[in-house]
Amino acid sequence: MATLHTRSAARLMIAPSVLLLLAWMIVPLAMTIYFSLLRYNLLMPGMEEFAGLSNYTYFLTDPAFFQAIFNTLAIVLGVLFITVIGGIALSLLLDQPMFGQGIVRILVIAPFLIMPTVAALVWKNMFMNPVNGLFAWLAKLVGLQPFDFLANAPLFSIILIVAWQWLPFATLILLTALQSLDEEQKEAAQMDGAGAWSRFFYLVLPHLSRAITVVILIQTIFLLSVFAEILVTTNGGPGTQSTNLTFLVYAQALLQFDVGGASAGGIIAVILANIVAFFLMRMIGKTLEA
Amino acid sequence: MARNVSTRRKLAVTAVAWTIGILIFFPILWTFLTSFKTEAQAIASPPAFLFFDWTTENYFEVQSRSNYFKHFLNSVVVSFGSTLLGLIVAIPAAWAMAFAPTKRTKDVLMWMLSTKMMPPVGVLVPMYLMFRNSGLLDTRTGLVIVLTLINLPIIIWMLYTYFKEIPGEILEAARMDGASLSKEIIYVLTPMAIPGIASTLLLNIILAWNEAFWTLNLSAAKAAPLTAFIASYSSPEGLFYAKLSAASTMAIAPILILGWFSQKQLVRGLTFGAVK
Repeated sequence: MATLHTRSAARLMIAPSVLLLLAWMIVPLAMTIYFSLLRYNLLMPGMEEFAGLSNYTYFLTDPAFFQAIFNTLAIVLGVLFITVIGGIALSLLLDQPMFGQGIVRILVIAPFLIMPTVAALVWKNMFMNPVNGLFAWLAKLVGLQPFDFLANAPLFSIILIVAWQWLPFATLILLTALQSLDEEQKEAAQMDGAGAWSRFFYLVLPHLSRAITVVILIQTIFLLSVFAEILVTTNGGPGTQSTNLTFLVYAQALLQFDVGGASAGGIIAVILANIVAFFLMRMIGKTLEA
Repeated sequence: MARNVSTRRKLAVTAVAWTIGILIFFPILWTFLTSFKTEAQAIASPPAFLFFDWTTENYFEVQSRSNYFKHFLNSVVVSFGSTLLGLIVAIPAAWAMAFAPTKRTKDVLMWMLSTKMMPPVGVLVPMYLMFRNSGLLDTRTGLVIVLTLINLPIIIWMLYTYFKEIPGEILEAARMDGASLSKEIIYVLTPMAIPGIASTLLLNIILAWNEAFWTLNLSAAKAAPLTAFIASYSSPEGLFYAKLSAASTMAIAPILILGWFSQKQLVRGLTFGAVK
């Protein structure tokens, strides 16, 4: 049925999307690569000159860079750890029969729908503030010194805030996957005398493995680029203690106006993300065949 | 006997689940409650949970002091604008790929998805410079363009997975019954495609509304949507918890409601159909 006519019509229908995305992919990225090879500062216009790989050596030998890489990984791994474990536990809980399941689901999903700047500011001021925050009040209630979260444990606090936002995502996806588990299979395992633990490890967990992988990969893509939460809470500080790679590039570009250096950092971030993306694409590609 | 045990178990599960649910939701509830307090009550110790003098003055204050509605409108324009623009570009593409697939369709789809994997900082510098040089910095037009581009892959993918589920045989049946092409589109295809398009629309408005990298970096006082407006509260002057809460409540309420209606589509859209 697919005649030559329909095929060229199809091509025409796809063309705008492809061209737009192609332009979006190639033009800015090529510019970033080009800038990354220049000595180029917005405060010194007209002084641009070719700098070879010096921006990369500058970036790669900057102590802040290693701190940023460490912080980026800490945020990704910390949030993944909390959300995957918590998500599995929560989804198992929500899958049980209970009263008002729909309402509990709604309550649990809500943090994911909150814009990052609101989530971060609410946590920063109304919970983590060492004077007026709820945590300070709770600490005093049990006779402890209030803890200044964002000054003394900035990275940990950011991980906590971001994990709160992403826990619903993990839970929702794992719950969806759980609900597709065959009820009869569970019953059969029960009849065969499998206990709750072995049912979990030999039946539920393998069934969830695919969804867990999807959660990990998709969250990693987003968590590599955490930005707003850092900007409004710690601004990367104290020092560079909570600066991740995204924030470092932002600071280099829009606070220090170092176009060349920031571009080199951007390219490094792209390379890192590509490594993760490679695995994610293979996962999704397999689904497409199924 | 067995029934008795299971009711008790159900009650226990209910208690635990509700407790955890309320704990997770608590920061939002607390924001909502604080928005109705006076600034003094908002930082009172011990904190007042329900028994305080409820007031709505914060909502009016936020509007009169910082023209809240302007930023709300920016958010509406940017999120709806970018979503509609994205749909206009994506619907034909997804349609063609779902109903006239070729050998390369899969590769094209995967490539489109891969553009979504690019971290935004990778192109922050050139985007900022291009926007500055072309006068798009701090304009709603500029934000609509960027958000359309970053969400286009998700829109195409979601539509594609929905369109794929429309059975092709139904079209043939309609054709056999003598329906013309226009009738086919109006009476057969459109009604079946609309639920998928609606879900895609919903999810994308949520994503665009909450997008907080490009909106923060490419907008300032004039075009700032709510994400950027709320960020300006990070360096406040004087007492502000109640006002921050009022501004936040208004910023998140519309999306919370939309999101609760589209839980299922959320999963599908965010996992590119890998989990249904």
